[in-house]
Amino acid sequence: MTAPIIEMRNIEKHFGPVIALGGVSFDVRPGECHCLLGDNGAGKSTFIKTMSGVHKPSRGTMVVEGQEVVFDSPRDAMAAGIATVYQDLAMIPLMSVTRNFWMGREPEKGFGPFKTIDFAKANEVTMREMARMGINLREPEQAVGTLSGGERQTVAIARAVYFGAKVLILDEPTSALGVRQTANVLATIDQVRKAGIGIVFITHNVRHAMAVGDRFTVLNRGKTLGTAVRGEITAEALQDLMAGGQELAVLESSLGGTV
Amino acid sequence: MTDERLMPVSSLRRAMIRPELGAICGVILVFAFFLMVAGDSGMFAPAGFQNWLVVSAQFAIIAVGACLLMIAGEFDLSVGSMIGFAGVIAAILTVQWGWPAWLAILVTFAVCIGLGAINGLLVIRTGLPSFIVTLAFLYILRGLTIWLSILTTRQTIIGGVREAAEGDWLAALFGGVIFKGFFQWLGDVGLIDTFTRGARAGQPVVEGVPMLIVWAIGLIIFGHWLLAKTRFGNWIFASGGDAQAARYVGVPVNRVKVLMFMFTAFCATVFAMCQVMEFGSAAADRGLLKEFEAIICVVIGGALLTGGYGSVIGAALGALIFGVVQQGLFFAGAESSLFRVFLGTILILAVIMNTYIRRLITGER
Ligand SMILES: Nc1ncnc2c1ncn2[C@@H]1O[C@H](COP(=O)(O)OP(=O)(O)O)[C@@H](O)[C@H]1O
Ligand SMILES: [Mg+2]
Repeated sequence: MTAPIIEMRNIEKHFGPVIALGGVSFDVRPGECHCLLGDNGAGKSTFIKTMSGVHKPSRGTMVVEGQEVVFDSPRDAMAAGIATVYQDLAMIPLMSVTRNFWMGREPEKGFGPFKTIDFAKANEVTMREMARMGINLREPEQAVGTLSGGERQTVAIARAVYFGAKVLILDEPTSALGVRQTANVLATIDQVRKAGIGIVFITHNVRHAMAVGDRFTVLNRGKTLGTAVRGEITAEALQDLMAGGQELAVLESSLGGTV
Repeated sequence: MTDERLMPVSSLRRAMIRPELGAICGVILVFAFFLMVAGDSGMFAPAGFQNWLVVSAQFAIIAVGACLLMIAGEFDLSVGSMIGFAGVIAAILTVQWGWPAWLAILVTFAVCIGLGAINGLLVIRTGLPSFIVTLAFLYILRGLTIWLSILTTRQTIIGGVREAAEGDWLAALFGGVIFKGFFQWLGDVGLIDTFTRGARAGQPVVEGVPMLIVWAIGLIIFGHWLLAKTRFGNWIFASGGDAQAARYVGVPVNRVKVLMFMFTAFCATVFAMCQVMEFGSAAADRGLLKEFEAIICVVIGGALLTGGYGSVIGAALGALIFGVVQQGLFFAGAESSLFRVFLGTILILAVIMNTYIRRLITGER
């Protein structure tokens, strides 16, 4: 088994009196998809924001490739190879796919103050990277707003991969998508995993997690109930853990097993 | 995985979905209209040409600044007051204090660009809408301008700038004309009319290309290049399109916005210097309502009031429409107050059209 790229040890996060995370341990290895499951409010977003440098943990340590680290900003995390695709603020709809893809890291040509964006290169790379993810763009100048939700996720993922992410964090990438778009995004996740990148896939949909996950960690009210490996746990058991075991069992019996 | 239900987009439609579309149509319509109603009024003779080109160029100079700022997601309502302020400062420094014109101009630019930076920093630091912050500056600067002018000269008009700036190298960049020899030659060979009587007999009716027009063209080219071709231009779009998303990928949004406020102030100061050199005087009430005219040019040019989308070429075409109509109504002998009616109408039409184009682009289904 390969060593983890990133390891989170006993992470706690307090917002004033609210204990959003009460000691969560989690790690990601290269080429695996580690699913982070949990109901709304379980602390999933808070946890990955800690991992991506948005929040500083109140307690606990983070280790990246064997070195203990402290991230002061998302930039630090990005520099360490940790890329995050947030569901809502990934793309700017009025701008072209190319402009979005390269935003903040535009390739330039020319000299001194007369540098311009190398659009030939930018367009070519964008088309190629998108095609690699299975999306054939009509043209790289088309506005991101014309893409479907799944395609937008894919642009963001392709961008992170192209710029050398070692860990890719996806916050509920499938929660707002239809069946077909979800399948596309799951296929993209599989593709990225095969390239040796470690993926943190956040979802509250057990079926989506079972479709691509290698390991599963369930968060419940800021605590983790341990990590399960693919094949050692059933969808029902995961569902059970997410809802806090007991409660769901009671609920399930009263609903006649429809949950 | 491409969606086979996606209709292939015709190149015609693709060519149409661009910010300048409305302005291009507008220019064609406006020219057709005035060729019909004022074709024989001298509007399209060399002197008439120069007349509306100069007015359009004035609009264009401030529109370029307003355009980049609006695309970056902010407004500057203090442009008009800044024009009055810059003119009075430059005039006080040269005429009252006896500074050489070049030094006065440089100091004026520094002060005004500094004020632009303060505008920007206030917006960034307070998180207030730029609409409110710059509205405050609209009043503050106008008040200061009148007060300073009366304090130093007991009046609101300061004359004698042209005499004071005579022969100054930097002042020449804002007043006067270029290509004098070429236009004299055009007059000599009869391509343009020459004066037949008076002190200027034998000289062409159009002396040359006014520096105002040179500045306008220069700023349009620079603005277009910056916005459409450079990395910084991409950051302007990104800052106005979604500041949070831009910050997340490392775009220095605050720096971009403050710089655009400074650029807007620079454009206002260029406008003020050209006007002061042309009239030979500064007045405390100059630039009234210019901020709104600049914004209207930009909106006619296809930019979205919400930021993140627009074009400098569009804004320049908006300025051209503005100049042609304002002067055209005069040539056509129409009531000039109709100009305001036209403005209001075209503003509404432009915004409706932009909203529609936005829907086409973002595919808001
Ligand atoms: N910035 C914050 N300030 C205060 N409380 C917060 C903040 N962010 C999250 N929380 C709280 O932490 C808990 C976990 O939230 P979150 O991580 O968003 O859950 P999830 O993403 O699993 O739905 C919630 O109770 C939420 O109210
Ligand atoms: Mg969440």
